Amino acid sequence: MNEFLLVFRRDFKTKEIQPSPEELQAHLSRWRDWFRSLESAGKLARPTQPWEGNGRVLKHDKSVTDGPYAEIKESIGGFIIVKAADYEEAVEIAKGAPILELGGTVEVRMAVK
Amino acid sequence: MPSYFCRKAFLFVCMEERELLPHLFRTEYQKIVSVLCYLFGIEHITEAEDIVSDTFLAATESWSARGIPDNPTAWLYTVAKNKTKNWLKRNTFFQQKLLVDLQHNIPRGEEIEVDLSEQNITDSQLAMIFTVCHPSIPAESQIALALNLLCGFGAQEIADAYLTNKEVIYKRISRAKDKLKEADIKIQQPTLAQINDRLDAVLKTLYLLFSEGYYSTSTNTVLRKDLCLEAMRLNYLLVDHPHTNKPAVNALLALMCFHASRFDARLNDIGGVVLYDDQDETLWNRELIERGEYFLNEAAATPDVTKYHLEAAIAYWHTHKADSGGKWENILDLYNHLLILEYSPIVALNRTFALAKVKGKQQAISEAEKLPLADNYFYHSLLGNLYTDIDDHKALQHYKTALQLANSAADKTLMAKNIDQLNQRRSN
Repeated sequence: MNEFLLVFRRDFKTKEIQPSPEELQAHLSRWRDWFRSLESAGKLARPTQPWEGNGRVLKHDKSVTDGPYAEIKESIGGFIIVKAADYEEAVEIAKGAPILELGGTVEVRMAVK
Repeated sequence: MPSYFCRKAFLFVCMEERELLPHLFRTEYQKIVSVLCYLFGIEHITEAEDIVSDTFLAATESWSARGIPDNPTAWLYTVAKNKTKNWLKRNTFFQQKLLVDLQHNIPRGEEIEVDLSEQNITDSQLAMIFTVCHPSIPAESQIALALNLLCGFGAQEIADAYLTNKEVIYKRISRAKDKLKEADIKIQQPTLAQINDRLDAVLKTLYLLFSEGYYSTSTNTVLRKDLCLEAMRLNYLLVDHPHTNKPAVNALLALMCFHASRFDARLNDIGGVVLYDDQDETLWNRELIERGEYFLNEAAATPDVTKYHLEAAIAYWHTHKADSGGKWENILDLYNHLLILEYSPIVALNRTFALAKVKGKQQAISEAEKLPLADNYFYHSLLGNLYTDIDDHKALQHYKTALQLANSAADKTLMAKNIDQLNQRRSN
């Protein structure tokens, strides 16, 4: 069994395409359902951990900005680490990520042993 | 089985079952936005919305991973307060300008506190209603803006109700918001003079908001019901406030209660309209009818009669299905008054239905045919109904025209059914 990093990204910046409060609430319950199903299937390698949305971005000249919205459109909504045999299975798991409904992406990376 | 296991299983079930209140995000969104706009001034509406959106995003991220907190509303308020404080600290513009002309005089040196008490939420929403209904904003935009800011609906949801696309609504909302900023409209507790000036516009917006839900051709019944409930909630906010608790406000709420009492009876499973005569009376909501009667009574506190009084009284008579005690005579009389107060061909058309019940179809037909509504679906469907048994050929023609003019699938089905029935009778 291998461990895979699943990174969820979407555009949090463009106003017109942000979900309404009602849609966000429905979206939230789908995340919860998904996390629960991964948990009960024993697929989570680490407990889920929420991260602040804002944070800081450090640039090459070592200047620090409140980030990460300033320059790039897509930013990280969160990530989890799952257990899967190979990329095929990890991608199959990633297909259930609710971020996809909101036009987001999931990046899948296998841990190097 | 060891007892601790049962307990654990039990706890697990409890946790599983703790679900969020329906519409929690929508409800809290509009409350917090109102409070922040009231605090910052309406020109900073974008910042207010950003802070609130950020709060909900944080909730989504945290709650999906950690589970829902014991008191989700308190959680949202705490996060919104903190985000506001951080925003105020970071924002240089605020320090230079906004702090100076903040509408509520805050003692020097004291930190600004976001007041999310029930009282301040109500005050903020009331102020927001009067801001949204400012005369400089076109009626169409007022409704979109009211749905967005006062009811917490997103552009997509509003577009669904209007059967248009999201971009149209998004543009309409942002133009209205720009207008609020440009025109430098103040968000504040309306003075008594402003209430008198603007209450008509406010009631009109609430009336249209309700009608949008009640008569919309959208088949999304859940959404339509939500619109009606939101209009009623805002109307109730006005009834509940001593300065705005006026007879016309009560009359409009009575009207909404009577109409809403038939909400479940007038729509079938696929969102089509069930005609009044075919409705199952047991589906009428008695509690709402009683509340309507209460508000209609309150509306009679002064002898003034507005169009909402008359429409509420007409709706009241419709809550009695049985045709007894001069029901239609009363309705006809009320329509006559309504037409004097504010003429509209559609009201005149509705009146002819009552006229047919009181004076017979022939007289109703001759009055209906005078109306300039030849391209209206209801006009032809009513004339089809009136001509049935009098001149079936003409009835058929009207139903056929109505079929062409019908917008919704349910209306088309209804007209096709009427045409079939007439054709069968004619061939027999």
